[in-house]
Amino acid sequence: MIFDPMMYLKVFLVGGLICLIGQILIITTKMTSARILVTFLLSGVFLHVIGVFEPLKEFAGSGVTIPIMGFGYSLAKGAIEGWYDYGLIGLLTGGLTATSAGIAAAVVSAFVFSLLFSSKTKK
Amino acid sequence: MDIKERDDRYNAYLTSKMPKTKAFPSLFHAFWIGGLICCLGELIKDLLLLAFPDMSLNVASTFESVIIIVLASFLTGVGIYDRIGAYAGAGSIIPISGFSNSITSPALEFKREGLIFGLCAKMFIIAGPVIVTGVVASFVAGIIYIFI
Repeated sequence: MIFDPMMYLKVFLVGGLICLIGQILIITTKMTSARILVTFLLSGVFLHVIGVFEPLKEFAGSGVTIPIMGFGYSLAKGAIEGWYDYGLIGLLTGGLTATSAGIAAAVVSAFVFSLLFSSKTKK
Repeated sequence: MDIKERDDRYNAYLTSKMPKTKAFPSLFHAFWIGGLICCLGELIKDLLLLAFPDMSLNVASTFESVIIIVLASFLTGVGIYDRIGAYAGAGSIIPISGFSNSITSPALEFKREGLIFGLCAKMFIIAGPVIVTGVVASFVAGIIYIFI
């Protein structure tokens, strides 16, 4: 079902809660953004391996797939599906295949927009 | 002045100069901006499914991430995303838009060091570790999943 208001409420609450946990980590441990991203990515991989991520995704949709955990989930899911479809080669190709659209989009748009614009933060 | 006293004074000076993150408001900012970005993703997915009813859920989710990534990259380019980041902290880092920002931002910053060794090489200064750990972890996860 699309445009379900209850779904949007769940997406907002779960997505917000994940970012809240991240902010608590930043305040208490002074982690840099790279460490935060890595930590949450690994938590996504871990949650998928123990079988918790799929029910969470069923429950909160974009609330768990838009945070970087969703990226880790796609990587792990791709690698596991790759194994069942293509064996050992699939285990290697699956993860990046599943996330290639995101990585390519990020690289291409970063390349284009950094050529078009110049840095505004440092005057 | 002995070394210990000097160190203490320096540390006190550093603490007084450090930007203070007000704990409670920043938690709230991270919560609502993070939740809002996730809702925006859900909205994009629903609009796609409305516009193309025969699109599969997987393709729609991929498009959802791609659109958020390109949008965040553009907002980084025009300098808006940094302002969102200053306000929302983790609320702007943890969604996939933060991953996109972490690629575009150093690319912009190091453009002055040249196209190849500046822009292209430094692009992955933050996202590199993320992709490396992600790929290694997914390989390990695959092996664990298969043999258990």
